[in-house]
Amino acid sequence: MDANMNPTMLLLTILFLSVMGFVMGKRRSYAVANDAGGVSGLHSRPTYYGSLTALWCAIPALIIFSFWLLFESSIITNLVISSLPDQLQNLPADRLNLIVTDIKNIVNGNIVSADPNPSLVAAAEHYKKLNSLSHASLTVIVITIAIASILVIQRTINPKLRARNHVERVVKYILIACSTIAIFTTIGIVLSVLYEAIRFFKIIPLSGFLTGLEWSPQMAIRADQVGSSGSFGAVPVFVGTMLISAIAMCVAVPIGLMSAIYLSEYANRTFRSIAKPLLEILAGIPTVVYGFFAALTVAPMIRDLGGFFWLDVSSESALAAGLVMGIMIIPFVSSLSDDVINAVPQSLRDGAYALGATKSETIRHVVIPAALPGIVGSVLLAVSRAIGETMIVVMAAGLAANLTINPLKTVTTVTVQIVTLLVGDQEFDSPKTLAAFALGLMLFIVTLILNVIALVVVRKYREQYE
Amino acid sequence: MEKKRDFISKKEPLVSRENRKTVGYPNVENPRMTCRNVNVYYGDKQAINDVTLDIGRNEVIAMIGPSGCGKSTFLRCLNRMNDTIDFCSVVGNISLDGKNIYDKDVDVVPLRAQVGMVFQKPNPFPKSIYENVAYGPKIHGFVQNRTETDEIVETSLKKAGLWEEVKDRLNQPGTSLSGGQQQRLCIARTIAVGPEVILMDEPCSALDPIATARIEDLIDELRENFSIAIVTHSMQQASRVSQRTAYFHLGDLIEVGSTDQVFLNPLHQLTEDYVTGRFG
Repeated sequence: MDANMNPTMLLLTILFLSVMGFVMGKRRSYAVANDAGGVSGLHSRPTYYGSLTALWCAIPALIIFSFWLLFESSIITNLVISSLPDQLQNLPADRLNLIVTDIKNIVNGNIVSADPNPSLVAAAEHYKKLNSLSHASLTVIVITIAIASILVIQRTINPKLRARNHVERVVKYILIACSTIAIFTTIGIVLSVLYEAIRFFKIIPLSGFLTGLEWSPQMAIRADQVGSSGSFGAVPVFVGTMLISAIAMCVAVPIGLMSAIYLSEYANRTFRSIAKPLLEILAGIPTVVYGFFAALTVAPMIRDLGGFFWLDVSSESALAAGLVMGIMIIPFVSSLSDDVINAVPQSLRDGAYALGATKSETIRHVVIPAALPGIVGSVLLAVSRAIGETMIVVMAAGLAANLTINPLKTVTTVTVQIVTLLVGDQEFDSPKTLAAFALGLMLFIVTLILNVIALVVVRKYREQYE
Repeated sequence: MEKKRDFISKKEPLVSRENRKTVGYPNVENPRMTCRNVNVYYGDKQAINDVTLDIGRNEVIAMIGPSGCGKSTFLRCLNRMNDTIDFCSVVGNISLDGKNIYDKDVDVVPLRAQVGMVFQKPNPFPKSIYENVAYGPKIHGFVQNRTETDEIVETSLKKAGLWEEVKDRLNQPGTSLSGGQQQRLCIARTIAVGPEVILMDEPCSALDPIATARIEDLIDELRENFSIAIVTHSMQQASRVSQRTAYFHLGDLIEVGSTDQVFLNPLHQLTEDYVTGRFG
């Protein structure tokens, strides 16, 4: 059918119409202005009248457009199902789903699982017809509404119309909508994780999960399968995470902070302009590459070094993963700290110098305390980065969930366990896979608490120092 | 002095604007600091041009002049604060009690303890009021124990006229004070190190008239124990607090003399233009 515009074309048409609306609104306002004694007689500048027309043309059309597309597919599917022969309609839900998929495949000309059944072919025809009917009516409705809005606004433009205020209010609502997208996404993520986690906690009690000292999620998936019974104590996994993060922070905080101090206080401009981007390149290296480095270079080196001192070091040790992770995080600490140290006003430094403080005294006693809120912020950002890091640990620290704080042993982390639990073909009804969501939820809560602590600390220091 | 003033009567022709040699009386008897032929360069640009000036004992000398005339730069030479600017170089002789402070063997740390500085904007450290004052004596090792520190903090705050206002809240951050109080805290911090000279770079420019009046009274009291060099944009302030005034113009020291003479009977045309408000 010719009236059947595809959605992209329709979107472009709406855009074109709103540009038309802008031009027409502007022109109309000039025309009105002539009667009212020039442009200065208008309430707003002509551009605002144009923008108002364009917005009123595009927004209702776009709202209808998006809602239509949102519900179109499910409505058409239901209509098609109800037109199917009775014996097909009464199939169980999962078989019915399969048939609907087949119908859609026929429509799109894809390969179909079985020989096309005549009733399915008929249904596919029906589907096609409904689909194009829907698109055609959508096209007509949307274009009509867009044009109608332009005409209505055209008529209401008069010198007293407060176009600027209207446009600015609409822009404000658009900004609000954009900022809430992030919030709603966060809520959505939390809810989806929470839902699966609750399913997990129905099988495994929360107290056992939080206090259990053994983590071994392998268990029989089918009734006839031989497998271990599975135990879901999250303590070893979290201890492993904390251990590796702590090692990483022990590397990243001193090195990062001191390089920040050197760069901002001592280095000359040329060195700084070369060294700072180079340091930031560290942050751009993919974590998989760090993983190689940890597994192939650092871990064997540590093992050999440990052997030299008669220490028993696993070939995949927490130390190796933590060290490399620390190197990875250095730019987070150094770059942000460098910025906050630079932001400390020169007048404070002058004050200390004028009292006869040396450079290092000035830095230790005046500059660092003044920059502390920012430094704490950068460190906490680095901590949450370390806790969430996966790839390095997968490659360098191993999968065995040992409950130990010995950095020379193999440990595992929360993120690594989530990955291993969800890799491969899984059914989402066994505790083994659901455990991943429980771990994810716990991880989310831990980082949330860290962020809250960070905010409180930063606010406290800020009250004191500013 | 009286005779001299008679000699410089109003009818005397002023030194013309083209003459950039210093007129007046740059030297005093028994000076605290002496500056001889001081030139300051920022890179290739010369900011101070052959300035010779003495700073006497127990006097307040005001440095006035239009913006960019080099008065702050000159002030910062007196305790080598310009050392912190990489591309700034100072040529000439500046002596404190007869010793050239730009000699190679002079350490800036004790020098800055002898020549303290108060800045344009109050800049208390991110520490408590107590720690702000105690900081200088601590880093110089002037105090051994808590009692001595308490004592020096109290006397310094008293000298700066701040003690009564803060004695009950010494542990609060210095930044919690009002602007005028912060500036007096900075003065107390400077006094605590026991300097001989205090340099003040527009100390009241960020303050309201009442706080300014308090600081001006304080400057007058401090004259008993210290030599003070103050840069100011306010000619009323210069005439209120100083005994001698030096007028700078585009890097040249144009005129030095007693404050009364400079304001009432300037010798140089440029000075008269400035103090009568015809210029600047």
